[in-house]
Amino acid sequence: MSAPAPTAEHARDLLREMVRIRRFEERCVELYSASKIRGFLHLYIGEEAVAVGAMQALAPGDAVVATYREHGHALARGVPSDCVMAEMFGRVEGCSGGRGGSMHLFHAPLRFYGGNAIVGGGLPPAVGLALADRMRGADTVTACFFGEGAVAEGEFHESMNLAALWRLPVLFLCENNLYAMGTALERSESETQLTLKAASYEMPAWSVDGMDVLAVEDAVRRAAVSVRAGGGPSFLELRTYRFRAHSMYDPELYRAKEEVERWKQEDPIERLVAAVGDLSADDLDAVESEVAAELDAAVAAAEAGSLEPASDLTRHVTYEGALA
Amino acid sequence: MTYRDAMREALRDALRRDERVFLMGEDVGRYGGCFGVSKGLLDEFGPERVRDTPLSESAFVGAGIGAAMGGMRPVVEIMTVNFSLLALDQIVNNAATLTHMSGGQLAIPLVIRMTTGAGRQLAAQHSHSLEGWYAHIPGLRILTPATLEDARGMLWPALCDPNPVLIFEHGALYNMEGELPEEPPEVDIESAMVRRPGDDVSLITYGGTLWKALAAADELAGEGISAEVLDLRVLRPLDDAALEASVTKTHRAVIVDEGWRSGSLSAEVAARLTERCFYDLDAPVERVCSEEVPVPYAKHLEEEALPQVDDIVTAAMRTVRGQVPQAAEAGRV
Repeated sequence: MSAPAPTAEHARDLLREMVRIRRFEERCVELYSASKIRGFLHLYIGEEAVAVGAMQALAPGDAVVATYREHGHALARGVPSDCVMAEMFGRVEGCSGGRGGSMHLFHAPLRFYGGNAIVGGGLPPAVGLALADRMRGADTVTACFFGEGAVAEGEFHESMNLAALWRLPVLFLCENNLYAMGTALERSESETQLTLKAASYEMPAWSVDGMDVLAVEDAVRRAAVSVRAGGGPSFLELRTYRFRAHSMYDPELYRAKEEVERWKQEDPIERLVAAVGDLSADDLDAVESEVAAELDAAVAAAEAGSLEPASDLTRHVTYEGALA
Repeated sequence: MTYRDAMREALRDALRRDERVFLMGEDVGRYGGCFGVSKGLLDEFGPERVRDTPLSESAFVGAGIGAAMGGMRPVVEIMTVNFSLLALDQIVNNAATLTHMSGGQLAIPLVIRMTTGAGRQLAAQHSHSLEGWYAHIPGLRILTPATLEDARGMLWPALCDPNPVLIFEHGALYNMEGELPEEPPEVDIESAMVRRPGDDVSLITYGGTLWKALAAADELAGEGISAEVLDLRVLRPLDDAALEASVTKTHRAVIVDEGWRSGSLSAEVAARLTERCFYDLDAPVERVCSEEVPVPYAKHLEEEALPQVDDIVTAAMRTVRGQVPQAAEAGRV
């Protein structure tokens, strides 16, 4: 079943969001090379259609739990690019106050709950967020992103089972980019058909072309309707590919250049442009210049941002606010 | 009333006071809790608020973290501290870090209760005292109720704390009998407490060994030695002021800890005493800990492995009478 054709305006929005992420990540590479950004840096280039498509299907009050490769999710969810970039710089203006960095982006008002760098570690809290929402009578869903590597973790199986057993509103969004760092799926799983694992927990499970933003949006939208209506959790496998190395320290010994080149033919930005005939060259130029202006401003703000005084080091180990 | 009853009353009270409070864990509902603490609560509060979970420690502890972030006040029960190791990722990597990693945006008002300790011939996978490990972790508060008052009183302030709180209930205390006033006593979750004042030596302990320390203080009184018994109550953050106040008064300290000696909470307390009270000490700090062996099943061996009243008396007398500690004599480290 093919996804419905988008309006010109919506197609342009999708394009802009994907280009924002792509260009943001490219800036990050430059800034990493210039030693402005340090630590681990995991780029989302090639996978933009997953976060952008999925976020379209979420409502404002929904919760999101993501992984350590989550710049794209944060941006697509609406975390402003300047506070994401400031976080990369370790600035107090960053979306985690400089305490988290690239792998731990948070934004409580948007219910963006990280940024979890333990593979599989985000799934149990996602189940709990969904449980809280249900117990409070809200009709929200929790979108939980994780890679296919997480499927080998016990926390994946425990969480899938618990969410299904309690029929909790969780959207399990598995970004299958074929490699858990350098370990190919077929080298780590006895059963490589991931939907079968989800189906064993009695939840609806589909595979989706994760390089097609329209297909992702459509699939997540359908799944979200069912989850929101009380149908219990759903699982989507979003088949995608990362065009860049795992992190900045990865010589990519584990995959062939030809394979990477083959997947680049599936570039989600180019595919959207091809699929939507009426995006003009002017449209593309306009998107590029809008994004460039936004990112120029974000980088400049991050550069000009402030460092938290070292005397504040031990703050935030415990919560400083008051509870309702 | 028993310690178990006091804990159950605390749960019942919390469930009544705040509809956001719920209990979840293995066999907390129909079974009534593996140590009977939650018996009857399912009937009173229903399956939404007293939730039996699968045997998935990581998932249900993590779900507690998520539910706490989502505005609820979960109380998660783990059967024993040994089983909590299956949830260590969630406790250490998430519960203890999310507030900080998010730059202070997220509160985690979560309580995790679990049984700890030996003395019931349950062998090496149900008997260990690992609360000292958890006390190593910034971001967690560690409570060790040793009395009926604390069993009854610590849960509510723990639920009011916006941060994750771990409550360790020593398994040997569940059947301990005592009286509680009609109106439940208010207790804090900040301070250590002197359970018996004394002048000659401080017996510093917590949890199940509090009662052994108090028995030792009785025996020492017969020897003419006035022992003060300090119940730490809170293992993190430690009440440094109370430690200092006691030891600057008595000038001698014996730390009694059912955990192992090496890299332990007792080591932490001893180090703080040397940092803060070195010039007030009249004798080397003594420690009475479990032998460095997985807790064995056979009764006589288990008893041999654990701190006993006689061991505490002997150590206290060494500090007071100025003899060389046996451990040093034997070349033990």
